[in-house]
Order: sequence, then C-alpha cells, then structure tokens
Amino acid sequence: MNMKVDLCGVTLNNPVMTASGTFGSGAEYSEFVDLNKLGAVVTKGVANVPWPGNPTPRVAEVYGGMLNAVGLQNPGIDLFIERDIPFLKKYDTKIIVNVCGHSTEEYIEVVERLRDQPVDLLEINISCPNVKEGGIAFGQDPKAVEAITKEMKKHAAQPVIMKLSPNVTDITEMARAAQAGGADGLSLINTITGMKIDIHRRSFVLANRTGGMSGPAIHPVAVRMVYQTAQAVKLPIIGMGGIMNAEDAIEMILAGATAVSVGTANFTNPRVTEEIVEGIRAYMERYQVSDIKELVGAVHDR
Amino acid sequence: MPEKFEETVKIINQEKLSDEIYSMWLETKQVAAHAKAGQFVSVYCNDGSRLLPRPISICEIDREKNAIRLVYRVAGKGTDEFSGMREGETLRILGPLGNGFPKQEKSAFLIGGGIGIPPMLELAKELDCEKQMILGYRNNQMFLCDEMKAYSEVYVATEDGSAGTKGNVLDAIRENGLKADVIYACGPTPMLRALKEYAKENGIECWISMEERMACGIGACLACVCKSKEKDHHTNVHNKRICKEGPVFLAEEVEF
Repeated sequence: MNMKVDLCGVTLNNPVMTASGTFGSGAEYSEFVDLNKLGAVVTKGVANVPWPGNPTPRVAEVYGGMLNAVGLQNPGIDLFIERDIPFLKKYDTKIIVNVCGHSTEEYIEVVERLRDQPVDLLEINISCPNVKEGGIAFGQDPKAVEAITKEMKKHAAQPVIMKLSPNVTDITEMARAAQAGGADGLSLINTITGMKIDIHRRSFVLANRTGGMSGPAIHPVAVRMVYQTAQAVKLPIIGMGGIMNAEDAIEMILAGATAVSVGTANFTNPRVTEEIVEGIRAYMERYQVSDIKELVGAVHDR
Repeated sequence: MPEKFEETVKIINQEKLSDEIYSMWLETKQVAAHAKAGQFVSVYCNDGSRLLPRPISICEIDREKNAIRLVYRVAGKGTDEFSGMREGETLRILGPLGNGFPKQEKSAFLIGGGIGIPPMLELAKELDCEKQMILGYRNNQMFLCDEMKAYSEVYVATEDGSAGTKGNVLDAIRENGLKADVIYACGPTPMLRALKEYAKENGIECWISMEERMACGIGACLACVCKSKEKDHHTNVHNKRICKEGPVFLAEEVEF
C-alpha cells in the first residue's frame, strides 16, 4: 500500500501536513506527535525581521470553530534559520516554510535567505486576513497574485506554493493567476474573515475586531473551493480548512487535494495529525486502495 | 523540559462552592505526580462544537491519590458543561502546563482575587515559610477561605464590605499593617497592576500569574502573549507566551 505522494517534485511519506500558524515549527507538538510520521511540517509564517503581532485577545471560540488574529508574530528569518530549521532537520519529514511580508521586497528577502537552506518547499502567504499591509492585500486581486508569484519564482530556489484566501468572489480566478505566474502548487484555504461580539460588554471580542475563522464549521467551504480549483488548474493542491479527522482529510483528497494540512484540530487533540495518518491508512485497507494517488480528485456524481 | 501528559481522567468529586464557583477533583494517571503550585491544565470539552481547551489553574494536588483539584468559575458554555458533570464521568485534560510559582524561603504574601484565589491553596500547602494570605472577594461568598486557614493566616477584603476589610487586597494589607518580603499573586489585571506598583514602591519581589485567551496551551500558536520588558529569547520580540514562559512572571518583567 503506497501513501507516498509527489508534491511539486518532492516526495512526502504521506499526504498529512500541519497548517501554518497552528504548529509553530514543530518543537512544542513534538512532545505529543512523532514528527517522523508526518508528510511535512509547514512552519508558522516567517518574515525578514521579527514581527510582534497584534494586541490580545488574539483568539475567540465560535460554534464549531475559532477566530484568530495573531497577526503573524514571528521571530524573523535569522533566528528561524539558526534554530527552527536545524530542529526540523532532525526528523524524517519534509520542511515547508511559510513566508510572509508587508511588501514584495520583504517576501523576496525571505525567499532569498532560504535559497541555501535545507528546506523542501516554500508556501507563500498572500492570504493572511489579520495584518494591515501585505498578506491578503496580495491575494485578492488576480494581477497582484500573478505578479507576486512571478517574483517568488524569480528568487526562490525551492518550489513555490501560493496560499490562497477564500475571501474572494471566485477563488479559481486567483488560482489561475498563480498558475500564470508560474506557481508550482497551491494551498487553500486560509481562514475566512469573521467577527465576534461580546453582547454583555457590547464590545468586539478580538482586539483586532476581525479574525480569521477556522475549524470544522468551514470545512465544507474548503472542500468546495478545493474541488473548484482542482477543476480550474493543473497544479497540485494542498487542501486545508477544518480537517478534524481522517474522514475530513479523505474528503479533501477526493475533492482534488494531493496533500492536506491540519490546523485547528491540533488545539483540540495534540496527537491528531498522527491519528489522521493512521485513519487514512485504515480507509485504504478497508477499500483496498493500493496507492493513495487513486483517491486524488476521485469524487464523482452519485 | 517538564513533562506534559494528555489523559482521560475520571471525576472523583464535583461540588458547588458558591454562585458560579465549582470544585472538581480529578483522578489522573501522571498529571498529579508531575504538577506543582501555579501550574494549570487544559480541559477539553466533550461537546465537539467547542474546540478549544479551557485553561484552569490547579487548586490542589493529592499526590498519594494521584488526583488534582480544579476550582473554576462558570464563565461560558465550556465551564458550564464541566459544572454539569458528575462523579464517575470522564474528561480529557492536558497538563501540567506552564511554569508554576518559584518557591522562596522568605516571609510571603499569598494574594488571590476572585477566581485567582484557587492556585493559592496548593501554594500555601507547598510553601514552608512564614506566610500571610490576603484574599479579595466580591461579597461574603468566600469560597475556599476556611480551607486556606489550615495552611496560613488569612485576611479578607470584600468589595461590598460584607466581610473583612471593605475594599481590595491592598486595603486589607494596609488596614492590618501586614509586611512581607515576597508576593505571590493571582487575580484580575487591575489587582495585579496595583500589586506591581505596591511591590515596586516597597522594594518587594513580586510574582504574578497572568491570564489570557489561549488556544493550544503549549506555546505553539502564540495566542496568549503578554508584553515583556526585555526581548524574549524564544519569540525574539517583546512578547512572552503566558502558557509556556508563564503563567507566573516577575511583575517587573511584564507590561500590562
């Protein structure tokens, strides 16, 4: 039985990865999860310099999900290269670095710094809803998506995955723009912008007022967008959005995802990523699927 | 690195202490043996619509029975779910989390305000030194107050003046002319702010336990940070993770 998948020319032991921002660089969760069992670890977004992030409260729970507005707090690329990459290198898993910036120049600086690093793939975050400049500003206009993708391809040594926002009218338009810009793959979906109000205080719950919604409540939206995108472009897709268990992950794969990222579920169960790998294996045994590639995009009308 | 355990634990006892305040003893496998005063556990809801664990401070540890006690306020749907559970039912927890109080052998104030009172019970048990406890309540529903008296001298302040000193914990300290060389405190932000100021004026070492909305509880998600005076070695910015470097900080090291 084969669970290995090819993602932009990189072979993952299995399709299960961590969603950026929920897993740090793996150190904290390595106390609960054997990182060797994961297809890849996708790091928290890293910028050219340290970012302090947003004021607190940064998170709020909502029915079947949560909102976050952490604001891409990160230690900057220097400390990341010195500490986080060597940590991840100890494991038999692929390293995908999520890259963020306020401007094209800042994104370029990070991917340039990563050129000679033992990193397998880059995930470019053009979809964070919680920062004022950069982030989603690059991800809501197809011309901007194409332009930043081209710049990343020009400067990056590793394959480039563009992480798309669901906060658009037509995600396939953004996907096509990324493809036109030369992207090697796509990640979707980032969080959906939401808001929560404390009715007793009559105030916003999050200091940032709005936050990105994640969790099982957004899963059907993510499945639909992955399916639509898979129909629109030829690029491999990393599917994410509310995956809580192996069933959710398999749904995403059937919709057209080559690999999946698990995020919010880590907060509910620190061991969930490993359990999802086992659950996919059990599904393949049950339905006698000899190669996981048979499942990618295998959904059909009833 | 201190060990953390994810366990399914059995409720041994659940009791209502006052309006909104509940006490729950949990039979753990390893958490109790590794826990210390000032640490907390993440408690997961059984209802799948609530994804985030609730961080709750450890009120007491019974190492012989491998049990921990959580005293918590019903503040929302999650804690409401816990309060409805009975002896014999099970919960998932993760812990012990955070750093806990550093125990000094100096004459100490143990100061708790509202739902910041519970962790002071285990601290009073573990501290082997001269100690005075000052507890701030809203009114005369003084949960845990009698139990504290077995381990420490106890002074009370109530907002409505229905017991002890009318006012806050600092009013009680002044009214009773109390003195100490170190402060351990947990409670609402205005109380912690006032104690930080009081400690600075009097040149007293002051340890405070901070609170913030959390998601992962183990230092990965960066939700529960507080501003720090110095650049933090892990975050590389002036932010410390309350769940990991905290929740107990030297007051002068954090800004709030």
